[in-house]
Amino acid sequence: MTVTATSTPPPTAPKVSGGKGGRTRLSFPVILLIIAGGLLALSAVRAITGAQDITSAGQISAALAMAVPIGMAGLGGLWAERAGVVNIGLEGMMILGTFFGAWAGWQTDPWIGVLAGVLGGMAGGLLHAIATVTFGVDHIISGIAINILAVGFTTYFAKLWFNTEEASAKGGSPKQSPPSEDITTVTVPGVSDWLGDIEKHHWFFISDIAGVLRGLVTNLSLLTIVAVLLFVLTFLVLWKTSFGLRLRSCGENPIAAESLGVNVYKYKYIAVIISGGMAGLGGAFLALVTSNIYNEGQTGGRGYIGLAAMIFGNWRPGGLAMGAGLFGFADALQLRNGGQSVHALLLLLVVVLAGLALWKLYRKSYLTAAISGVLSLGVLVWYLGTDTVPNEFVTATPYVVTLLVLSLSAQRLRMPKADGMRYRKGQGK
Amino acid sequence: MKKFDKERVLLGLAAPVLAIVVAFLVTAVVLAATGKEPFNAFRIMFDYGSKSDSQVYILNKGTTYYLAGLAVAIGFRMNLFNIGVDGQYRLAAFFAAALGGALTLPGIVQIPLIILCAMIVGAMWAGIAGVLKVTRGVSEVVSTIMLNAIATAVIGYLLQVGRLGQLDEAGTKISTKPLPESSHFFEFPTEPAPVWGFIVVAIIAGIAFWFTLARTRFGFDLRTVGQSGSAAEASGVNVKKMIVTSMLFSGAMAGLIGMPTLLNDSYEYGGDFPVGIGFTGIAIALLGRNNPVGIALGALLWAFLERGSGQLEFQGYDKEIVGVIQGVIVLCVVIAYEVVRRYGLKRQQRQVGAKLAAQARNSEKQEVSA
Repeated sequence: MTVTATSTPPPTAPKVSGGKGGRTRLSFPVILLIIAGGLLALSAVRAITGAQDITSAGQISAALAMAVPIGMAGLGGLWAERAGVVNIGLEGMMILGTFFGAWAGWQTDPWIGVLAGVLGGMAGGLLHAIATVTFGVDHIISGIAINILAVGFTTYFAKLWFNTEEASAKGGSPKQSPPSEDITTVTVPGVSDWLGDIEKHHWFFISDIAGVLRGLVTNLSLLTIVAVLLFVLTFLVLWKTSFGLRLRSCGENPIAAESLGVNVYKYKYIAVIISGGMAGLGGAFLALVTSNIYNEGQTGGRGYIGLAAMIFGNWRPGGLAMGAGLFGFADALQLRNGGQSVHALLLLLVVVLAGLALWKLYRKSYLTAAISGVLSLGVLVWYLGTDTVPNEFVTATPYVVTLLVLSLSAQRLRMPKADGMRYRKGQGK
Repeated sequence: MKKFDKERVLLGLAAPVLAIVVAFLVTAVVLAATGKEPFNAFRIMFDYGSKSDSQVYILNKGTTYYLAGLAVAIGFRMNLFNIGVDGQYRLAAFFAAALGGALTLPGIVQIPLIILCAMIVGAMWAGIAGVLKVTRGVSEVVSTIMLNAIATAVIGYLLQVGRLGQLDEAGTKISTKPLPESSHFFEFPTEPAPVWGFIVVAIIAGIAFWFTLARTRFGFDLRTVGQSGSAAEASGVNVKKMIVTSMLFSGAMAGLIGMPTLLNDSYEYGGDFPVGIGFTGIAIALLGRNNPVGIALGALLWAFLERGSGQLEFQGYDKEIVGVIQGVIVLCVVIAYEVVRRYGLKRQQRQVGAKLAAQARNSEKQEVSA
C-alpha cells in the first residue's frame, strides 16, 4: 500500500519535462552568437557589394513593421495549435481585424480601432472553435470556410459602411475606409541621432549594429511595443503557468488531459478565441499602423505566412519571432524596391550553399553535396551576370525563403502531438 | 440493400439542402439588418438567373468551376489539401497561352498540344509540393500556399513586353500573343450566346474522375490512403508514391481549369484572366462532397449565384451580398455534413444494435442452456 501511496507524485515529473520539449534546445548565449554571426555575414555582404541599404535603419525599421502583423498571426497560430486546433482561418480573422480596426478607427480613436480589430478577430476565432470543437469539422476545411466567409462579409460591409456620405466625404470608397489618426510613435531622442551618426560612416560591423539598433529605437509605434509584450506574455502564460500547462496538454494528449480533469473543450475554445484575437490585432496593425486605412485584400496572405513562420519557429514563441523577423525583412526589401539588396544577398546564398556542399561532402553524402554545389555555382553565375534582381523576384523572396527553410528543417520540427486531430468528449472511455 | 442505399442518398442530400436553406436565412437576416428587403432580392436573383442568356452564362462559368472542383477533390479524396490549385491553373494557362500563340499548326494538332502543355505545367507545379512532402516532410498546405505566391511572381516577370508578353493595338494592355484562329475550340450555336464546347471535355473529365476512383485499383488505393495512411501502408500501398501521383493528377486537372476561358473566350492570357478560381474550387469541392455529380451541382449553384447577383445592382441592392451567401453556404455545408455524418453513424449503430439484440433474443434459449 505504501508503494501506491508514494507513487502518486512521480507522474508530475514527466509532465514538467514534456513542457520543455524534451529535446536539446539552443541556450541564450548560443542564440546571441547566431544573431551576431548573421549580422557579421550581413555586414560582410554590405561591405563587399556596397548595398548599403541591407542594414540601414530604414530597412530594419520597415522590417520590424512588416514583422509585427506576421508575428501576431503566427502567435495566433501558436495559441490554437498548442491546444491542438490547426488554424488556417488566421487569414480570415486577420481580414476581420483590418476591417473592424479601420471601421472603429476612422470614427473614433485608433486605440478603440485596435480593440475593435481584436474583437473582430475573436469573433472569427469563436466561429472556428464552434465548427472544429463542438461540431468536429476538419480543422483545415473549417479554416478555409472562414477565410471565404471573411472575404465575403467584409466586401459587402465595406461597400455599405465606407461608402456612406460622411465616410466618402472623408475619403472612403466601396473598397477602402476613410483614414484614421496615427497611433503615437516613440523615438529615443539622443540615442537615435547618435546611432545615426555612426551609421553614416559605413564602418564595417559597427555601423551595421548602429543601423540595426537605430531602426529599433526610431519611430517605434506603441502598438509594436504591445505586440512584443504579447510575445513575452504568451511565453509566460503558456509555459510558466498551470493554465498554460493544461492548455498545452490538450494539444499533446487530450484524452490524458481529460482523464486528469481538464475540461478540454473549454481550453480549446479559449485558445482558439485568443488565437483569433491575436490575428485580429495583426490585422488592426496593418490597417492602423502600416497604413491608415482598410483596403480590400490588404492582408495579402500574411495570415498564411504567419502560420509558416510558426512552423518555422517549431511551435515556440522565440523561434516564431525569428521567423517573423525573417519574413518581415524580406517583405521590407520588396517594399523598399530592394532589387540591389536582394542581389547582394545572393552572394550570401552562394557562400551558404557552398558551405553546405563542403559539409555534406565531408559527411560523405555525395548527392546532396552535388546538388548544393551545382546550386551554389548557378547562383554565383546569376550574381556575376546581373546587377540587380527583377522586382517580381524580390516580391517572391519571402515565399521562396519559406519554402527553402521548411524543406531544410521540416524533419527536425515537432508539432504538438494531437495537433489537428478531431477530439470528442469521452473518447478515451 | 436497396432500401439502405435510399436512406444514404436521403442523408447525403439532407446536408447540402440544409446548408443552402440556412445560408439563405442568414443572408436574409444580414440583408434585413442592413435595411434591405431580403426576399425581394432573392426573387430578383432567381428571376434573372433563370433567363436563357443567364443559363448559357451559368453553363460556361460552371464548366470552369467544375474543373476547379474536380482538381481540388482529387487531393481531398486522399486527405491532401491542395490549396495550390490557384497557382497551378494560372501558371498552366499562362504557359499554354504562350505556347499556343507561338505556334500556327492546324487546330487538330495544336489544341491537344495546348491542353497537354497546360496539364503538364499544372502537374509539375503541384508535383513540387508532392515531392517536398514525401522527401522533406513539408506540409502541402504551407508549400502550396507559397507556390501560389511564387506562381504570381513568375507570371508577373514573364508577362512583359520583350519576354512572353506583347502590347495590344491600343497600347494599354499586356497579354500573350493571341491564339491563331485555327485553335479556337468549337462552340454549341445556342441563342442568344454560344455554349462553350469545352463543357464536353469537362464532362469527360468528370467521368474519368468517377471511373478512376470507383473502378480502378489506383482509385481504391487512393481512397484507402485517404482513410488511413498507416492501414494502407500495412496492406502494401506505397503511400509516398501515391501522394506524389495524386498531386500530379490534381495538378494536371488544375491545368485544365484555365482552358475553357483560353480556348473558348479570351484566346490569350492577359491581366484580366480570371484569378482566384482555385479557391472557388475548394468551396465547390466541399459543397459537392468530392463527388463528381455533387461537384457539378455545386459549380452550377456557384455560377448561378454570381449571375443572379449581377442584377441586384440595378435594383438598389449591393451585388457583394453574394460573397456573404457563398461564405455562409460553405461554412454551413461543412458543419451540416459533419452533423449528418454523425447522425447517420448513430443511426447505423442503433440498427445494427437492434439486429444483434433480435438475434440474441432468438438464440437466447440455446445459449442459456449451453
